[in-house]
Amino acid sequence: MDSGPAMPRDERTAGRWMGVLILFILTAGVVSFIVAAHIWWLQPLASREGAASDEMFNAILAATAIAFIAVHLFIAIALIRYAAHGRRPAAHWHEHLGAELTWTLVPAAGLVILAILAEIVWAHVYSPPPANAQVVEVTARQFLWYVRYPGPDGKLARTDPKFISAGNPLGLDPADPDSKTNVVVTNEFHVVNNRPVRVVIRSLDVIHSFFLPNFRVKQDAVPGRTMSVWFTPDRAGPYQIACAQLCGVGHYTMRGNMVVETDQAAFDAWLAKQGQH
Amino acid sequence: MDALAVHEGAAGHEAHAESFVRHYIFSLDHKMIGKQYYLTTLLMAMVGGALAMLMRAHLGWPQNGTLDPGQYLAAATMHGTVMIFFFLTSILTGAFGNFLIPLMIGARDMAFPFLNMISYWTLFPGVLVLLASFFVPGGPAGNGWTSYAPLSAVAKFSPSGGAGQTLWAISIMFVLFSSLFGSLNFLTTIINMRARGLAMGRIPLTLWGIFITAILALLSFPVLTAAVVMLILDRTAGTSFFVPPNLLVAGQVLANKNGDALLWQHMFWFFGHPEVYILILTPMGIVSDVISTFSRKPIFGYKAMVLSLSAIGFLSFLVWGHHMFVSGMSPLLGAAFLGSTIAIAVPSAIKTFNWCTTLWQGRIHFTSAMLFAIAFVSLFVTGGLSGIFLAAAPVDIYLHDTYFVIAHFHFVMAAAALFSIFAGTYYWFPKMFGRMMDERLGKIHFVFTFLGIYATFFPMHFLGFMGNSRRLYDTSTYPFLSHAGPIDVFISLSAFMLGAAQFVFIYNFFRSMLHGPVAEQNPWHANSLEWAAPSPPPHGNWGPSLPVVYRWPYDYSVPGAAADYSPQWQAPSAVAAADGGQ
Repeated sequence: MDSGPAMPRDERTAGRWMGVLILFILTAGVVSFIVAAHIWWLQPLASREGAASDEMFNAILAATAIAFIAVHLFIAIALIRYAAHGRRPAAHWHEHLGAELTWTLVPAAGLVILAILAEIVWAHVYSPPPANAQVVEVTARQFLWYVRYPGPDGKLARTDPKFISAGNPLGLDPADPDSKTNVVVTNEFHVVNNRPVRVVIRSLDVIHSFFLPNFRVKQDAVPGRTMSVWFTPDRAGPYQIACAQLCGVGHYTMRGNMVVETDQAAFDAWLAKQGQH
Repeated sequence: MDALAVHEGAAGHEAHAESFVRHYIFSLDHKMIGKQYYLTTLLMAMVGGALAMLMRAHLGWPQNGTLDPGQYLAAATMHGTVMIFFFLTSILTGAFGNFLIPLMIGARDMAFPFLNMISYWTLFPGVLVLLASFFVPGGPAGNGWTSYAPLSAVAKFSPSGGAGQTLWAISIMFVLFSSLFGSLNFLTTIINMRARGLAMGRIPLTLWGIFITAILALLSFPVLTAAVVMLILDRTAGTSFFVPPNLLVAGQVLANKNGDALLWQHMFWFFGHPEVYILILTPMGIVSDVISTFSRKPIFGYKAMVLSLSAIGFLSFLVWGHHMFVSGMSPLLGAAFLGSTIAIAVPSAIKTFNWCTTLWQGRIHFTSAMLFAIAFVSLFVTGGLSGIFLAAAPVDIYLHDTYFVIAHFHFVMAAAALFSIFAGTYYWFPKMFGRMMDERLGKIHFVFTFLGIYATFFPMHFLGFMGNSRRLYDTSTYPFLSHAGPIDVFISLSAFMLGAAQFVFIYNFFRSMLHGPVAEQNPWHANSLEWAAPSPPPHGNWGPSLPVVYRWPYDYSVPGAAADYSPQWQAPSAVAAADGGQ
């Protein structure tokens, strides 16, 4: 076997190839992100509350980009520089308390800051909605969205599954006077620009997920539970509701339309045109 | 042990005496059981890979209708199930754990060889049940590998009655019991049967990975076992564990009472998150050992490596809720899981820095095993960093259940674990089969696999940024995804290249097994104890006496030593003698 500490060996060509491969991954990764930022990026933001999470997204992207570049550069340099050649032996060291503490505490500090910022934004997302928020109920079923608007008194009528029928898909209780003023539409979710909206989310069958990409809203619709989220749309226009949770073979067809109306009058005019239940 | 001791002088003779069935099928030998696991799981990896190719064939060109929606969801579900349960989990513990533990600790076999055999023969019917589900009416399960209730819990949600989903649950039960038997055996063996001189502080990091994995499995698998039993009862016996009241199915309201849909998610992810680390702790150990061997340099920060493995193992039980940030779980709980999830990044960062530092000032040998180990670090970093986006709960709201998540876990867990399996295979193949694999083919396999993995999964980040949800049969429903087409085509073509490259590995594996050059006892000049046994080791592993350990497994390039490695079984006097000779 070996006669000395290290047999003569030349791995420098392999080291260069592997180093170049790592550098190629690094370059391709960075370039593809730069290209994607112009073509394949987050959906245009259309809500006030979404700005905070987008800022956080950008901050994390910057920090992780630095880490991605630094680690890959380090590996590439190490591979090129320390490929075996001649009889040069490897160094023999394996502990360094200072270095280990540094790379424990520095990332830890960064992550603590991130955690605190994330907790603040999280708390805001789930804070109580403003008093002037419009209330809209969205009820999912395979594979569509029922959207219910309260009448002028702002109240949603009681529901009970025993009243469910073709003409009354949500099972509104006919004994409740609000059932006369509630408006139920299918796959049409309209809200008012610059007015906060509280969405009450339910499901009649399996778990669905109410996803509004432009508003940074996603909330699972869970049968047996009532969820609620709120946000403030701030760009009028047409948008889409996507289902983000596998809900059966028709999952991919479960699209709803959303419109942010320019003002309350436009919304009221639209609502008046919908058939009353 | 006694029985083995009697036979040890005549190991060769004994192999003759063993019947074919005793030797190859109902074997009690940990090495044969390890190989059985390896070949079975390799077969399952091919099944899972073929399903992935089908999915990509469809997703690249959805207008061709290669699959119908039900078939697509079945392919996606079975790809995940096969890869996670029947490939990664089973190969890491079943194949590597079984083969390596007794050799690395200087034992003749596992503590419970019979239980070990039972463990494999519990997995096997699970494989048959899962494969059988492809042939039942309605096909295999199609509700995602996570099988969220109540979609998975109510048979009527499947138009065909959904025998596939029930068979899915039964097959998972077999895997879980199989792993449970294995874990008990691994822990007992590692704790009780180490060679003289082999303190826990001297075992290779591969063994630490397996050891902590076994603890995680022992604590988390029973929870999923309970959950799948409840799921089977909900589907077949009319119970309501996961079925809330008043569900509307095909226009009818179900009579179930008081079930809770989120209970399944809590139980699934209480298992599921430790499971993710079950799939990565052993790989971390394997990669540590391979990098140290081929850097000819001790692993940097052994204690920190063991502590961070343990910390990750512990924290893995406190983070399951990050899978449920948008599930409707209380936002207060979400806030707690946000904190614990970010905490787990710290030990992961420590490990990465330690691997990088091990390379520095090394004397690197670029074997196929080493290339895969280095690439593991790259994949783990890429996937770990995308995990930070998902840990930050407010950002997760947007990215949750999109292709960003698919990119994340394929890098950090699936591809990383796969690369460690390749590294471990190229590294230990000589010990397993007594022959060397072809290094040139190994490098061709490596380059195409490494580029293929990045080309396949990196663009999925961008699909996620666009808000492209997972498990969509066709994205043309959504105008906001209308510009995703070119990415999907690119991903599909990359996936085909990645899949094709695996045939190079399969060819190399089987050709080398039969015709490779005969391996030396210690071809890599490595230090850990398995390299003290002949290649391949005979029944009972060691000669008349068990090996004795004198040092830790990372004495590479010790200044003044006779060679650039000082194996664990080398007595200090031998080193002194060699020093004197210089």
